[in-house]
Amino acid sequence: MTQSLLTPSHAKQTISLGSNYSDPTPKKGIQGMIDAYQSKSGNTVKVNTTEHNTYQTNITRYLQGNPDDVAAWFAGYRMQFFASKGYLADISDVWSGLQGFNDALKNASTGADGKQYFVPIYQYPWGMFYRKTLFDSKGYKPPATWDDLITLAKQMQKDGLTPIGFADKDGWPAMGTFDYINMRKNGYQFHVDLMAGKESWTSDKVKNVGTSFGKKEVGLIVFGTPHVVLQAPTPADVDDSILFPFPAIDPANGVDSVEAPIDGFMVPKKAKNLTGAKDLAKYIGSADAENAYLKVDNSNVAVNSGADTSAYTSMQKQAIGLTQKAKSISQYMDRDTRPDFAQTVMISAIQSFIDKHSPSDIDALCTNIEAQKKSIFANPVS
Amino acid sequence: MVAPPVPTVEATAPRTTPVRRGRRRRLTARDILVLSVVVGVTVVLDLALIWGTSVVSVLLSFTNYDGISPIKWVGIKNYHDILTINPEFGTAVRNNLLWLVFLGLIATPFGIFLAVLLDRQLRFSRFYQSALYLPVALSLAVIGFLTQLILSQDQGVVNAILGRTHGNGIDFLGDSRLNIWMVLLFAGWRHVGYIMILYLAGLKSVDPALKEAAVIDGANPVQTFLRVVFPAMRPINVIVLVITVIESLRAFDIVYAINTGRNGLQLLSVLVVDNIIGEASRIGYGSAIAVMLMLVTLGFVITYLVNILREDSR
Repeated sequence: MTQSLLTPSHAKQTISLGSNYSDPTPKKGIQGMIDAYQSKSGNTVKVNTTEHNTYQTNITRYLQGNPDDVAAWFAGYRMQFFASKGYLADISDVWSGLQGFNDALKNASTGADGKQYFVPIYQYPWGMFYRKTLFDSKGYKPPATWDDLITLAKQMQKDGLTPIGFADKDGWPAMGTFDYINMRKNGYQFHVDLMAGKESWTSDKVKNVGTSFGKKEVGLIVFGTPHVVLQAPTPADVDDSILFPFPAIDPANGVDSVEAPIDGFMVPKKAKNLTGAKDLAKYIGSADAENAYLKVDNSNVAVNSGADTSAYTSMQKQAIGLTQKAKSISQYMDRDTRPDFAQTVMISAIQSFIDKHSPSDIDALCTNIEAQKKSIFANPVS
Repeated sequence: MVAPPVPTVEATAPRTTPVRRGRRRRLTARDILVLSVVVGVTVVLDLALIWGTSVVSVLLSFTNYDGISPIKWVGIKNYHDILTINPEFGTAVRNNLLWLVFLGLIATPFGIFLAVLLDRQLRFSRFYQSALYLPVALSLAVIGFLTQLILSQDQGVVNAILGRTHGNGIDFLGDSRLNIWMVLLFAGWRHVGYIMILYLAGLKSVDPALKEAAVIDGANPVQTFLRVVFPAMRPINVIVLVITVIESLRAFDIVYAINTGRNGLQLLSVLVVDNIIGEASRIGYGSAIAVMLMLVTLGFVITYLVNILREDSR
């Protein structure tokens, strides 16, 4: 405190930033954003980058131990969990000065106690992708409904193509497909309640999801935009990939929900330079910061309505079309539920969904998930 | 733990007394100091790092500790949950047992067989020896990566040789019914070399006169090995057995390198790590799995010690 009396508040500060943006492009994007902040504020930011899986695995110990002043993380339940445990600093005062965020974004940044703990920087919708050249040459059309999708998948099989693209070595990509089938069949609210442990996994609604999933009727590929953009061999491959919403299953739900995880930053309670951390958080919440980041990494879309969208690629335009039309935006299974449940139960359960075929297998699996859910959710979060 | 054979004590006491008298030595003050420091430090480290942590694990296994919230006692709930509703536990136990059976019945005997062959002074014996021993120099994690290079569905060597490169490759590592066998094959590849070199060293120390005597008595090579050499190698046999058991129970790195031990490649060690480390932080629950793994290990260790002590006291 004495120090802040002696040094004026606009004096040069050093702020540390913990980042999990370890792939080359996102890493450059963060550096671009930080450079812009440094030249604007005169403060120095030290970026500590950790490989992203390692970062996520160690987050509990990181927040408890010796965290940076500002730390990269994910919006939604995955952030609220740590807020409830008392490991994040309340940044409601920063939020009161932020502009350009809608209510959905604010909710995703708010903890269970109604205070804000998170500043979003971008989001990326998940959807289905297809190759335009391939579809044109075969005369396929992107499916709008579940029936269309099944017809298309059958046609593709007849033509000797594999209609399914799954990459489930890490366990999480299939979660997106499960989420989508669930939201299309049962609606957004059911998804939220199921993830929060309020709905039963043994209900017929879940079993129906399991059955569709287990039959491997799902064709094409469900992915987030960065997975396509950052991993495609050439830019031409990206332009050739067309994103379309996951088809409707129950007309009552239509295609009103989109899964679009939000990434951003939070301030750990143990931050050494809280003033500096809040100043940086405030900058990250500005349209300028998003522009600086997205200038380098064009696989995501801005969340701030003030951000510049004029230079968007066709993929980004499609992505923003998807999120703007959405009535509700879900995060992602492992971001909408408790980490102890997502990590130890759901990853293996979803992998089993892919393997199981008969309804009795799915019954057994659902009963088991429910039993484990009850046991884990019996532990209060805070 | 192991009761000494009580009845023999009285009978042997008079006989051993005179022998001991001549062996008594006087320790200087310096000897005592050095001894107590050396032994003391070891004992303290052993207590703190091995017994201390084990006891803490056992205690934690009866709580719901998550690394953040206050610790709450939950009794045997963790054990009950693991045994009743954790589908991965059964798979992990099965895989650990498969590992034990595969190494114990196939890889270890094969390693012994190779050692016996190499001991017969074949031509290029040094070359075979190095070639077989080479994988032991690699860590199992590295072997995990090699496994991926060789067996990957779209870029693997095997699928390329089979001409299955256009989306029709065999999913050796992704198919949960197949992948454990592939991993065992590669883990066994390394284990064979390890056992071979151990056994070869042991064979060199067997008195050649024993073998010559057996041959003169008309024993064929198989009989010579099974009846004469094998029993004479008892200390090495015990070491090989213990190593095989330990390798099977501590297996971890190879599956973790391949797919972090999921989808058919679960092992007890992986379940412990997944629950305790990582975002989940189910420390109490993971400790309960670790305790069960420890009990199984102790089972083997105690059986082994009982055998050794019984033989030595004979």
